[in-house]
Amino acid sequence: MTIRVVLPAHLRTLAQAGGEVLVDVSPPATVRAVLDALESQYPVLRGTIRDHGTLVRRPFVRFFACESDLSLESPDIALPDAVVAGDEPFYVIGAIAGG
Amino acid sequence: MSGVRVLVGTRKGAFVITADGTRANWDIAGPFFGGWELYHLKGSPVAPNRIYASQGSGWFGQLIQRSDDGGRTWTVMGNAFAYDGIPGTHQWYDGTPHPWEFKRVWHLEPSLTDPDTVYAGVEDAALFRSTDGGQSWHELSGLRGHGSGAQWAPGAGGLCVHTVILDPADAQRMFVAISAAGAFRSDDAGVTWKAINQGLRSNHIPDPAAEVGHCVHHVAQHRARPQVLFMQKHWDVMRSDDAGDTWTEISGNLPSDFGFPIDIHAHEPDTIYVVPIKSDSEHYPPDGKLRVYRSRSGGHEWEALTNGLPQRDCYVNVLRDAMAVDSLDACGIYFGTTGGQVYASADAGDSWQAIAHDLPPVLSVEVQTLTD
Repeated sequence: MTIRVVLPAHLRTLAQAGGEVLVDVSPPATVRAVLDALESQYPVLRGTIRDHGTLVRRPFVRFFACESDLSLESPDIALPDAVVAGDEPFYVIGAIAGG
Repeated sequence: MSGVRVLVGTRKGAFVITADGTRANWDIAGPFFGGWELYHLKGSPVAPNRIYASQGSGWFGQLIQRSDDGGRTWTVMGNAFAYDGIPGTHQWYDGTPHPWEFKRVWHLEPSLTDPDTVYAGVEDAALFRSTDGGQSWHELSGLRGHGSGAQWAPGAGGLCVHTVILDPADAQRMFVAISAAGAFRSDDAGVTWKAINQGLRSNHIPDPAAEVGHCVHHVAQHRARPQVLFMQKHWDVMRSDDAGDTWTEISGNLPSDFGFPIDIHAHEPDTIYVVPIKSDSEHYPPDGKLRVYRSRSGGHEWEALTNGLPQRDCYVNVLRDAMAVDSLDACGIYFGTTGGQVYASADAGDSWQAIAHDLPPVLSVEVQTLTD
């Protein structure tokens, strides 16, 4: 299945990707599966969203889908049906903090 | 025709400022990596068009960029900085043990002989090396494994390796400086390290003359006389004539011996430069006057250099890696401020001009002297 991913501006620039990014994920579609596919497709993103070694989400990065904050959920939680169906994107967001 | 390339790292991107050998007219390229913090950029001394850059942000972590065309285009390199083994703990601000955690690269030091070898001084304090042009990084863990490592504590800016010096006369010898642990030397290419802080005195720590715990801000070495080191400590400007084994204070008549950068004239090993800052709680120049101080005698006796620098209402800071020299004749001196100015002197400090006025806060300045 293909998941639509919206990246924050700095990561879009880094990945040289315009607009939404499409990643292919094998079922089950989870946060972890999307991030694995994203980093495989765009290796320059490794370490920018989650830690290289622990794969823990960076503190100022958040995950949203269908108006739900998935940041604190298990990375193995299933993504909402609308994201799996391609009707809604999976959002990677840089927290509004700092200057 | 010779030329000069000034590599400027700022809070919001990198800038490359160039001029021909007259150093009269300057061209500013950038920002590169706009919106990101560029802690440091430095070119390879043996392949000047190869430049390494430390790019990062509080959101997205650390990246390493490399240019092979003098800063026009850049390629993302490896950013996996994994401590060797189980990292253990250092001291936190309150004295409790705190796990070692990689945060950022403060300083990149390209090898003096191999363009593909580069060292990275990082926070939390450790030294990494890449031998494949920045693609992969491996810790030289003997530094962090120095017996005192568990006692190291961060300064206000973090626990960071901010100075890396490769000795031009001895390929086995390296120096690093750590805030707030002190200075260290390796005589076996980074495998083992010795604390070299004898003679430093820091009144804000429990034992002012302790082996480690000193907040060294920067160290400079002249390649023609590598056994002599100059240090700007938190307070005190210091000199060593024995490769760091012992230090003596040379603050002399400085209006304040607090400051961050220190550098040396390219052709005169006893001519040194500092930028006095009022105090550790007031990070701006004394009396609102931005003055570089120069000693032509290796310390003790200092003269204020003011021609072309603001002499009223100036409250910027100059950070530790934000001063550099070129090797033209006469020697050029450069520094950047937290107010976004980059000042240059084409006459060893006698007069100054702002070659950039309104950049983001400047974190680092390095200079390359180019020949056709």
